[in-house]
Amino acid sequence: MAEPKVSGSGHDKLMIGQSATSVYVAHAILILGLVIVAFPIYYTFVASTQTLQTILRPPLPLTPGGEFWNNYTEALFGGAGRIGGVGAGTLLLNTTIMALGIAVGKIMISILSAYAIVFFRFPFRMAIFWLIFITLMLPVEVRILPTYKVMVDLGLIDTYAGLIIPLIASATATLLFRQFFMTIPGELVEAARVDGAGPWRFFFDILLPLSRTNIAALFVILFIYGWTQYLWPLLVTNRNDMTTIVIALKKMVSFADADTQWHLVMVTAILAIVPPILVVVLMQRWFVRGLVDTEK
Amino acid sequence: MATVDLKDVRKVYPGGVEAVKGVSIAIPDKELCVLVGPSGCGKSTLLRMIAGLETISSGTCAIDGKVVNAVGPTERDIAMVFQNYALYPHMKVYDNMAYGLRNRGTPKDEIDSRVRSTAKVLELSHLLDRRPRELSGGQRQRVAMGRAIVRNPKVFLFDEPLSNLDAKLRGQMRVEIKNLQRSLGVTSVYVTHDQLEAMTLADILVVMNAGLVEQMGAPLDIYEKPASTFVASFIGAPPMNLLAIAAKPDSQADTLEKFFANGAGLGIAAPVLAATLGFRPEDADVLGEGEKPSGSLKLPATVEAVEPVGAESFLYCAAAGGRIVVRVAGRAVAKPGDSLEVLVPAGKLHWFDSTGKRV
Repeated sequence: MAEPKVSGSGHDKLMIGQSATSVYVAHAILILGLVIVAFPIYYTFVASTQTLQTILRPPLPLTPGGEFWNNYTEALFGGAGRIGGVGAGTLLLNTTIMALGIAVGKIMISILSAYAIVFFRFPFRMAIFWLIFITLMLPVEVRILPTYKVMVDLGLIDTYAGLIIPLIASATATLLFRQFFMTIPGELVEAARVDGAGPWRFFFDILLPLSRTNIAALFVILFIYGWTQYLWPLLVTNRNDMTTIVIALKKMVSFADADTQWHLVMVTAILAIVPPILVVVLMQRWFVRGLVDTEK
Repeated sequence: MATVDLKDVRKVYPGGVEAVKGVSIAIPDKELCVLVGPSGCGKSTLLRMIAGLETISSGTCAIDGKVVNAVGPTERDIAMVFQNYALYPHMKVYDNMAYGLRNRGTPKDEIDSRVRSTAKVLELSHLLDRRPRELSGGQRQRVAMGRAIVRNPKVFLFDEPLSNLDAKLRGQMRVEIKNLQRSLGVTSVYVTHDQLEAMTLADILVVMNAGLVEQMGAPLDIYEKPASTFVASFIGAPPMNLLAIAAKPDSQADTLEKFFANGAGLGIAAPVLAATLGFRPEDADVLGEGEKPSGSLKLPATVEAVEPVGAESFLYCAAAGGRIVVRVAGRAVAKPGDSLEVLVPAGKLHWFDSTGKRV
């Protein structure tokens, strides 16, 4: 292990964490936390590489078995019996479309409504703002029956549109963008007007580039929000090939152990957590920048 | 290239506040007009109305002979330099300058040549690839100027462009703006609250107060003949000395003999209507021993403080009619506590009536 760094530039004061013991203690706590979080995921992965028989006969080995290829191929392309043999590939596609649709849709709608509220003067502007604001107090669960009825009437059950549209409006994101837009100096808006930028030009040339870190941070949060949706997809999808991976995972598990293809459940669980991890890892730099600094 | 004509321009805000109460200014082609006044006097509102960023409640604004009341800022063919520069933070200097041209559909190669030649004039050529946050205050100011110049507009509008710079840079940029404006020959309107900037830059100086024009004219004319006590105290640093005077209560109202508030006589004849007497610090002199000039105002005074500036010194004195400032050349001989006689030639005295208007 590397020698803990102690500052030696003439300053004898030690910052917290710079003494040797505190560095080791801090690392021990961090590693312990990591193990607690990571072990169940590792164990799921181990289970996903075993045969069904190995899983059902405890104890489960602590190292991966030899069924990786078979299990993953079967789950991705064959599918479990309890969900009508729909492959996890289809489920992943459905969920990706839904999560992307929700994230992109939410960002588009909220950035446009925030743009209207902050930069335009129109009648009932504040009334509309407050209307958006109070929807914060109405979660999906509260308005789920009327929403479901509307979706049925529109014939959107078992469609991507039905999965995405009811979840697209977002008061939180609108408020977030509103707060950010209000920090943009009025002179900048006026400079753009003098420079001949109309409302659309201003939006695309100036507002959107300035908001890109906010958009990135929001995208990560909203993608994961969309990915982990449970109640709404459960209601609005009946066909197994239109459902999301989270719902499918639940459907794959039966009360009777023997009825459940545990090895495929484990594979599906692993597959379900890979895309959100990828999004976070790939967008981490932007995500942190969006949370930390506002570039102005 | 263009004239700017304001006729009885008013601005009433929805709340009922009247920011500009009927202003008429005619700016001839190629001249630089400075609007100066204390904060809240309506000078910025007036400028923004010329820019088209604020609607005109009544009256007309004409650029190049065409009334532009209903024309948006883009179509007015004006360029504006803002107090906080208002550069687009995500764009490079080059794009900041090119943006307005692009929006107007200027051909690409023309944009390039215009941006590069403007950058050369402003010594920005080596900074074209930088972003605004990588520039110093003075450089940002220059980019803001460049963004205005590159468009080659009919009118330049400056909204306190130098107030964010330090004193030295401000002096430098002031000269640069003046030279640029003169060599480009673009009609300009410049808003400032700094009377020094106003005096040095203006072809036409407009002193505003409470939404109205107090006085308009050549800077030195205004300096020499301020139309009111407001202008007298606003233009010039230190400001003009103003002393209240009145006729004795028991004497006839139209007497030419007036007295200071403490009862001391003026010793010279004053206009009948005069209620305030004014003189510039540099027009006063300290009376030497044995001198007996006639026809001048003599004020006995006590020195309270001395401010040596180098080439000149300011004596802050308590005189018969109130506190006054006297400028003396070089080092001051007087010390705080000294008594002396301040002498002002009659021709250098300004008289104002009870409403503050020049008599």
